[in-house]
Amino acid sequence: MAAAVISVDGLSASYQKNTVLHDVNFQVREGTITAIVGPNGAGKSTLIKTMLGLHPKLTGNVRFWDDAFKTAKKKIGYVPQRGSVDWDFPTDALDVVTMGLYGKIGWFRIPSKKHKEKAMQALKKMGMEAYAHRQISQLSGGQQQRVFLARALAQDAELYFMDEPLAGVDASTEKAIMAILKELKSRGKTVLVVHHDLQTVPEYFDHVLFLNKKVYAHGETEKVFTKDNIATTYGGDMQWVGKGDQYVIQSTSH
Amino acid sequence: MTYTMWIILTASLVGLSCGLIGVYLILKKQAMMADAISHTVLLGIVSAYLVTQQMTGTAMLVGGILAGLLTAFLVQSLNNLKVQHDASLGIVFTTLFAIGVILISTSVGNVHLDVQHALMGEITFVPFATIDIPLIGAVPKATALLGLVLIVVIFFIIAFYKEWKITSFDPALAASIGIPVVFFHYLFMTLVSITTVASFDAVGAILVVAMLITPAAAAYLWTDKLVVMLFLSGGFGVLSAITGYWVATWLDTSISGSMAFATGCIFFISFIFSPKHGLISKWVRPAGVSEEQGI
Ligand SMILES: Nc1ncnc2c1ncn2[C@@H]1O[C@H](COP(=O)(O)OP(=O)(O)OP(=O)(O)O)[C@@H](O)[C@H]1O
Ligand SMILES: [Mg+2]
Repeated sequence: MAAAVISVDGLSASYQKNTVLHDVNFQVREGTITAIVGPNGAGKSTLIKTMLGLHPKLTGNVRFWDDAFKTAKKKIGYVPQRGSVDWDFPTDALDVVTMGLYGKIGWFRIPSKKHKEKAMQALKKMGMEAYAHRQISQLSGGQQQRVFLARALAQDAELYFMDEPLAGVDASTEKAIMAILKELKSRGKTVLVVHHDLQTVPEYFDHVLFLNKKVYAHGETEKVFTKDNIATTYGGDMQWVGKGDQYVIQSTSH
Repeated sequence: MTYTMWIILTASLVGLSCGLIGVYLILKKQAMMADAISHTVLLGIVSAYLVTQQMTGTAMLVGGILAGLLTAFLVQSLNNLKVQHDASLGIVFTTLFAIGVILISTSVGNVHLDVQHALMGEITFVPFATIDIPLIGAVPKATALLGLVLIVVIFFIIAFYKEWKITSFDPALAASIGIPVVFFHYLFMTLVSITTVASFDAVGAILVVAMLITPAAAAYLWTDKLVVMLFLSGGFGVLSAITGYWVATWLDTSISGSMAFATGCIFFISFIFSPKHGLISKWVRPAGVSEEQGI
C-alpha cells in the first residue's frame, strides 16, 4: 500500500459561529485522483482552504507526508476557484503562470528567462501558448481555467488541490484538463479535485470523498460511489430522474 | 530655488508618491482604505504632537504609521466580528478621526495645528519652514519629508515587486506558496500612511485621497501592464500637480483644490479616450470584439 500523502484528523472549521466542517477525517494515498463532491455550501472549498492554512481550523490536525503544511508547502500546488481572482488585473497569461514559480524564485529577485521558459512550457502543455501575451480579461472562461492549470503545472508540485477546475468549461477544455490530470497521476502525483458533475465521477476519478459538513463516505470510486451515499450526502436536495440505465442527478438547490 | 519652484517640486512629489501607492490601492480594491487612513492619520499626528510637544517630521511619521496600522487592524477585527467591511471602515475611521478633531480643538488649540489646515493643507506656506540638509542646503521641511517618503515607497515597490503583484492578484495562491500575505498587507498600510502624512502639509487629508485614487484609476484605463500602470499613474500625479499649480495661480484659487480637480479632468479624459476601456473605443469597436471581452 502506498504511503499516506495526506492525513486529516478531527478537522473542524467555522465562519464566525457557523460551523461548516465538523470532525473531518480521511487519508489520501499517493498517486490517486480524488473527487471531492457535495452540494453547494457543503464546505468543499473551505476544506481545501483549511488544509492549506488559508482558513483557520478550530480543531484537528492535517499532515502532509507526515509533516506540517509549513514544511510541505513547496510540494503542494493549489488551483483556486476561477471566480476568486480579479481577471481585469493588468497582467497577461504568461505572467499569471509565472506567479506559480514565485515561491521558488526567492526574495528580492525577479523571474529569470529560465522561469519564463518554464511558464511557457506549462502554457504549451495546456494548448495556450498562442495566448501567452493576451491580457487575462480577454481570455474566455475555459482559457482562464487552462491558465490556472498551467500555473499549477509550472509549480511542479507533488500534490495538487483544484477547486472546480471543470466548472463552466466546454467539452474540449474538459478533455484537455482531464488528460493533464491523468498524466499527473501516471507520474505518481496526487490530485484532489472539487467536482460538481456526478455523472463523470466514475470515469475520471479513482477515489471519492463525499462531503457535507462532515465526511459521509470516502474510498475507492467502485466501492463508495453508490446511490445511497449520494442521496445521504445531498440530503433532501436531490431529485432522481431515471433515463435509461443512466441516471441524471439534479440538485434542487440551484 | 525660487519660491514657486519649491511649491511645484513639493506638489510634484505628492503627485508622484500618491500616484505610485494608488496603483496598488486600486488593484487591491482598497480605495476606501485610503480615505479612512487619510483621516485617522490626523489622530496619529495630534497624538505624536501631544507626546513629543513638537512638530517634527519623525514624530509625525511614527504617529501616522501607528494610526494607519491601528485603522487597518481595527477594520479587520470588526470585520471578523461579522460587521460588513464597508461598515467597519466607516465606524473605525470616523471614530478615530473624531477623537483627533476633539484633541486638536481642545489641547493643541492654536499651536501650529488647526482643523482647516489639516483637512485642506496649505502648500503656499510650505517653503517658509525649512531645514538644512548637508550638501543640498535649506530645503522646506515638507518637501524633504516627501522626498524621503518617495524614496522609501520606491524602494519597497521595487524590492517586493513580485510580492505586491501576487498578493494583489491572488492572495490565496500567495499564501499557499508561503508569501506572508498579512505582513504585506500591513506593510502596504504603512506605506499608505507615510505617504498620507508626508502629503498632509501640501494637500491635506481630504484632497490626498484624490491624489491617491484618481491618477491610478485613470492609468488603469490605459494599460494592461502593471509596470506601465505605475509609470502612467506617477506621471498623471505629477502632471496634475503642475497643471493644478498653474491653474490655481491663473485663477487665484486654492492650489491643492486645483491639483485634485486636475486629477479628475485626467480621469475624465481617460474615461472617454482610453483605447481599452474608454467610451469612444466602446462605440467604435466592432460588436464581435467587445463580445469576446465581456466574458
Ligand atoms: N468568507 C465566508 N464568510 C462566511 N461564511 C462563508 C464564507 N465562505 C463560505 N462561507 C459559508 O461556509 C459554507 C461552506 O462554503 P464553501 O465555500 O466551503 O462551500 P462549497 O462546498 O465550496 O460550495 P460551492 O459548491 O458553492 O463552491 C457555506 O455555507 C458558506 O455560506
Ligand atoms: Mg466552493
